[in-house]
Parts: sequence; structure tokens; C-alpha cells
Amino acid sequence: MATFSDTTFFLIAAVVKVVVVLIALLTVVAYAVWLERKVVARIQSRWGPHRVGPHGLLQPLADGLKIFLKEDIVPHDVDRFVYWLAPFLAFTLAFFSIAVIPFGESITIGGREVFFQIADLPIGLLFIFAVTSLGVYGIALAGWASNSKYPLFGGLRSSAQMISYELSLGLGVVGVLMICGTLSLRGIVEAQRGLWNILLQPVGFLVYFMSAIAETNRLPFDLPEGETELVGGFHTEYSSLKFAMFFMAEYANIVTVSCLATLLFFGGWLGPVFGPPVLRAVLPLFWFALKVLTFLFVYIWIRGTLPRFRYDQLMAFGWKFLLPVALLNILATSFILAWRSS
Amino acid sequence: MVPLSHILTLSVVLFALGAAGFVLRRNIITIFMCIELMLNAVNLAFIGFSRHLGNLDGQIFVFFVIVVAASEAAVGLAIIIALYRNRNSLNIDELDSMKL
Amino acid sequence: MTVLFYIFAALAVIAALSVVLQRTPVYSALSLIVVLCALAVVYLLLGAEFMAAIQVIVYAGAIMVLFVLVIMLLNAGREGPIERSRLAHWLGVPLLVVFLIEVLAVVWQQFPSGSTSYAPPMDAGPAAIGTLLFRNYVLPFEVTSVLILVAVLGAVVLAKKQL
Repeated sequence: MATFSDTTFFLIAAVVKVVVVLIALLTVVAYAVWLERKVVARIQSRWGPHRVGPHGLLQPLADGLKIFLKEDIVPHDVDRFVYWLAPFLAFTLAFFSIAVIPFGESITIGGREVFFQIADLPIGLLFIFAVTSLGVYGIALAGWASNSKYPLFGGLRSSAQMISYELSLGLGVVGVLMICGTLSLRGIVEAQRGLWNILLQPVGFLVYFMSAIAETNRLPFDLPEGETELVGGFHTEYSSLKFAMFFMAEYANIVTVSCLATLLFFGGWLGPVFGPPVLRAVLPLFWFALKVLTFLFVYIWIRGTLPRFRYDQLMAFGWKFLLPVALLNILATSFILAWRSS
Repeated sequence: MVPLSHILTLSVVLFALGAAGFVLRRNIITIFMCIELMLNAVNLAFIGFSRHLGNLDGQIFVFFVIVVAASEAAVGLAIIIALYRNRNSLNIDELDSMKL
Repeated sequence: MTVLFYIFAALAVIAALSVVLQRTPVYSALSLIVVLCALAVVYLLLGAEFMAAIQVIVYAGAIMVLFVLVIMLLNAGREGPIERSRLAHWLGVPLLVVFLIEVLAVVWQQFPSGSTSYAPPMDAGPAAIGTLLFRNYVLPFEVTSVLILVAVLGAVVLAKKQL
């Protein structure tokens, strides 16, 4: 190990991290679908998948197989390039944000410290916002390329909704940034060693969480893809693999947003750590995974419980309620910080 | 370390492409996009100079250029929508007289 | 490190050519997004990390979304062949190329590649830019907020179906 140069070690570590994280994320996305079906089913007093494997745990495999074997129907006069590009774009961008998310502290291999994070950018949070902003294109272009009424309206509505809620998403987080003083995600978690940000920024958390639900097009904000409203919304004309890519992109976005919520407000991987060094390295990962899974569960719980917003109610909520509340939160936080530091 | 002349070459080439598109294209939205291309070329020049002179003011100016570009895009596209509603065409050859 | 600059510069130029030469406005918009992202990477390589993020978030992620939405709404189809501008085509393009070469000659004369008197890398993170923005440039900052307000009002009034 010590014979490797620093650059080689860094490259190998980076490749290993990317492979591990991608496989983990794909598994989590696949089993998030299972979790959703089970939880929503139990909320609706039925069983959910329980035939394929114990408790239906092999259902994602069966679903994956089904999706791959389905017939790929492409309507006649779609714009071929954009029709192919849109799901690919949505899928790729959804898996970008995971690159800056820290999962735990660090582990020492061969005398070198390897962080549980693929890239610790000093502007990590801005990177995630940038990727989220680009994610709007997957949906807008899918709606346009399908050359059909319902997808076009679904795509337009969804894009308008996503760019409206990006504002409150960003502003809800500014309070946290003022307290932690850094945009690096690892730095924000380190600043929460004394007190978790949820206790300092409850309003910011609520604004962030509601904007995140709207940003990922989930109930109660999922009118653009609501089955009963717009047939299938922007993914009506997509089938088999491309549809699966949209689906996976949506769940990957949910996982990313849950990870961000735990990092920004709930102390990331901070939790009781004890025992031998190998346990010390693994326990933060465990706490992080536990918190993210809790958020995933809350997402699915909300999806199973609340009715859908109408589109004008949705937009009014984002612009006329969340945005002013986020701005007031920033104002109040900056006053308190300035008063305390004087 | 990239030489300043290379950065400025890229900036000038992008600006020239934007200007060429602005003059040669007939679709008004494409013309608008060529304007955005020209603005971006200017932004690149500012950032190049900011890097080479060690002065952060260039990046502040880029910030303001982006803000102005955003406002201009919003108002310009609103005008284009209003024009399209009245004339039903996006070809500037058909939009070039004030008479309806 | 510098080879990355040339790769992304080439990408930006190819995408800019695509913006100017594509017949369909949607493809032009997509090419412009590629230009913006390539330029954002170039900004990163030049040390302007905050401006790179702002470029992607605001320019590629909001302004271009506006463009794409308007193109989708107006159903701007393919553009016909250039009709009246034969003169512009056959006289303009060579003139533009001559102008380009002239400007490049001046640039290359003024800033020769070999000179090594470059400033040391500076901190261009959000804190540094924020400090500069809110101390020295606070007046233009406030004026731009009024500008955005005016733009929002103007856009809403202009695009309304009936006043």
C-alpha cells in the first residue's frame, strides 16, 4: 500500500468509491420502490407485494425483469433525438448529486485517510442546486418530444413547478448556511457537532422539506404526472426502459433530497460512536443510513396520506406562502446572528 | 496556467459566432439565443482578465451581466409571446413593420 | 489541467456553431445549454468556482428553461431557408471572418503567450465575492434588485392575454 504514489492511490480510491456508491444507490432506488409499495399498501389496509420472495423482497427483481422485457413502443412522429435524450438526461443528472454527499467520517487505509465521500467540493451545496436546476430539462424535453397534448402540458406544468420551488428550496437553506458559515457539506455537518440545525432552524427545515417534495414531483405536488389528471403526464408516451429511467431518476432524486435534509438539519452522520476503530468507522454510516431511511419513510407516508394539490393552488403555495416565509426566516436568522455577535 | 490570449481567443470566437447568428438567422428566438451567446463570450473575457490580474471585480461584473441577461430574457420572451399572438409568426422578415 | 481548458473550449465552439447553424430552435437551445455548461467548466478551471455554479444554476438552469418553455409553448418549428439575406450571407460572412482575424491579431499582439507575469491564485469563493458584493458594490446590487422587479412586472404585463 505504501508503495503507491499519492495520485495512484487517490485515483484507485475514487474509482472504488464511485463504483460502491453507484451500486448502493441503485439498490436503494430499487428497494425504495418496494418500500413505497409496501408502506402505501399498509396505509390503505392491504398487503402489497408478498408473493415474490419473503415479504415480496424479490419484487424489484421481478419488476426490473418485466421492464426490460416489455415492448418498447415509440410513437410515430416524435422528435427522435430529444425523445431518446430526455430520460437519459433525467437519469444521469439524478445520479450526479450523490458525488458530493458525505456518508460518514473517514477510514485510514495504509496510512492514508479515505473520506466516505467521493468529492468534497468547497461549494458542494451549490453543486447539488446546479444539478437540480438542470434536472428540469429531462421533464420539459420529455413532454415536448412526445408530440402529444397530455405530455406537453404535463411537461410544461412540471417545469414551471420545479423552477418555482427551486427558489424556496434554496432560500430555506440560507439560514443553515448563515449558521454554519460554509457551503461544503462536510463542513456543515461538522458545524453541527454541538447542536443539530433542526433545533436552530425549524422553519427553514419545513420550508426546505415542502419545497423538496414539490421539487421531486411527489404527492401532494405531483399533478404534472398524476395518473387521474393527465393520463401519465410527461411520461405518457414512454415505455419499458425509458420509462424505467424516469422512474429511477425520480427515486434517486428523493434519496438525494433525503440525504441533503439529514446533512443540513439532522446532523448527517453524527450520533453515538463507540467501540473498536472498525466499529467507529462503520457506525456513522449506520446513523446516516438510518436517518435517510427515516426521511424516505416520511416521504412515502406523506404520499399515502395527503390528497393532491390543484395546479393553481400548488403554484400559489410556492410563490405566495413558501417564498415569503423563507425570506422572513432569513431575515429573522440574520437579525439574531447579528445581535448575538455584537 | 492558460495564457490570457487563448482565453480571449475563445471569447472572441464565441462572440463572432453569436454576431454571425444574430445577423443571419430569421427565427426571432434563435436570434435571441445568439445574443445570449455574445453575452457569455463577454463574461468569459471578464473572468479571464479577473484571473490574470488577480482582481475579483471582474467576477462581480459577470454577476451583474448574468442578472441583466436574465431580466432581458424575461422581458424579451414576453414581447415575443405577445408578438406571436398578434402576428402568428416568428420569422423576423414577417415582423418587420408596425402596421398589422 | 490546461488540456482540460482546450477540450472544453473546443466543446464550447462546436456547440456554439451548432447554436448558429441548427434549423430547429429546440436543438439550438440544447446546444446553447451545452455552451453554457462548457463555459461553466472553463470558469472552474480559471478559479471562479462561485461564478461557475451561478452560471449553471441561473443561466443554464433558469434562463434557458425559460427559452425552452417559450419554444415549447409557441411550437416554434423548423426554420425555412434564408430568403432575403443573400447579401448578408455572401458579403457578411467574409467580412466577419476578416474582423475576427483582425481582433485576434490585436489580442495576440497585446497579450503574448509567453509572458509569465500572472497574478497568484486568489480566493474566489462565495465568501470573498459576497464581501465584495455587499461592501463595495452594494449600490449596483440594490439597483439590480429593482431591475429584476421591473423585468418581472414587464414580463407579466406583456404576456397577459388581456390587460
